This record gives sequence, structure tokens and C-alpha cells, in this order.
Amino acid sequence: MTERPEKKVGIISCSGEECVEGTISRVATRLVLGKLRPNETVTICLPLFLAGGREEREFARDYPTVTVDGCDKMCAKVATERYSGKPASSLVVTDLTKGWQCPKLGSRRKLNDETLTVTRKVSDRIAEEVDEVLRHWV
Amino acid sequence: MIIIPCSGIGKAFGSISRDATYEVTENLRKETTQTLCLALLVSGDEESLRLVRDNKCITVDGCPLQCAEKNVKLAGGDLAGSIRVVDVYKENRHLKPRGVTFLDRDGQQMAFAVAGKIANKVDDLLREQ
Repeated sequence: MTERPEKKVGIISCSGEECVEGTISRVATRLVLGKLRPNETVTICLPLFLAGGREEREFARDYPTVTVDGCDKMCAKVATERYSGKPASSLVVTDLTKGWQCPKLGSRRKLNDETLTVTRKVSDRIAEEVDEVLRHWV
Repeated sequence: MIIIPCSGIGKAFGSISRDATYEVTENLRKETTQTLCLALLVSGDEESLRLVRDNKCITVDGCPLQCAEKNVKLAGGDLAGSIRVVDVYKENRHLKPRGVTFLDRDGQQMAFAVAGKIANKVDDLLREQ
């Protein structure tokens, strides 16, 4: 992350090693970066951001961010607010899935077909938030 | 024992560190190990801080910045071992992991190799105890 892009949205995913929703937040973020909005987004590694990565913090301070958290502890949102500034938008996977009447989510290690479907829906929601942020870019 | 992978999201080695940790905590040494969220630890979560201070920790890092090791040290954790995916890669140069979102076959093989290293370290530490 050495070059400063002109118009990009940073997506900050929680690391969520302990629960399947953490894996969903990571994979959904990767899907947005790699497939849905590859030219409009970059990601920031949360532990590096928290550990004092200056470039990461400066990026999150100067550019709009969308945080994606697996659970209501919201590490990504809390860290972004604490170290850089208020995110433009914040999503929590457990909040989203509550409204979707999801099947029981499976393993945190290998996402099954049902969980992958949920993950794609989460990635679509992230992409919508990115579009919204870009629409209001001044 | 607590196994803490880095959460690197941009490169295959980060995904490998995570998958290797799951292989150990869910299969190879599931009776004696567990993992925890690195981001939660770094955020200062009391329960996570207690866990790393009261138990031996092994960190698994995907890149040279070694966020997992650095953060366990900063948290005052009992760092008993530190594994770097790049070192395992040097012993397995025939593997070319490329998938990041989903590990490809080489990535899975690398994850198994890393998991073996972690399991060996766990066994060494248990013997010492």
C-alpha cells in the first residue's frame, strides 16, 4: 500500500478466527475486491492496522472506509473509529443474517454451499455500500 | 495452548496461516489447543488478554511484518513459539500457492505442512511441561 490511489474505498474486514461469521466477512470482502468492485476498492489488514501500520491508518483516515464485522464485538469498526476516523459505513454479518432467515451456518474453516450463498449476499451488500459511498464522494 | 494466526487478507500466506491453525485446533491437536481472534486481542478485550497471559501461545504469521507475534508480545502474552509460513515455504518450494479467497491445492498442502510444524511445537511444549 505505497501508492495513494485517487478514488478508492477501503474495506476493513474483521479477522474473526473464532466464528464462521468471521470467515464470511473475510471471504465476502475478498469477493468484492476481486470480483464485484476490483477497481474501486482496496483492503487493509486489520491486525497490521491495529499494530500501528502507519500507512494503513493514514489511508483509513484520508479515504472512506466500509467496515465488515462478523459479530457484535465489531473489532473492525471499533479499531477504525479509535485509530483513524468514523467509517463511512459499517456492516455486521450477524445483523444481516438475522434478517435473511438463513440456514444454520456450517464450519468456519470450509464454507458449505448454503454458507457460500449467504457470503455472496454479504458481498453484494458490501458492494452496494461501496457504490453509495462513491455516489456521495465530494 | 493458544494458536494465533495472523489475519493477513491480501495474500495466500495469510490464508494458509489461518487454515493451518484450524487444522491443528480442529483435528491434529484439538484436545490441547484453541484459537482466538487476533483483532479482538489487539482491541484490548479482557478475556482474550487473560487467555494469552495464562496460557502458552504459538503464533503463525504469513508475512515478515509478523503481526501475530508482535501483538501477542505487546499484550504481555506467554509467547512459547513462533512459526512463519515463509520458512515452511522455503522447505516446500515446489508448492506455488496462489488462491487467497479459497486455497488451491498447493495452498492446502502448504497449510498441512505448516500445521505439522505447529503440532510438533505443541508436542514439544507439552513434553517440557
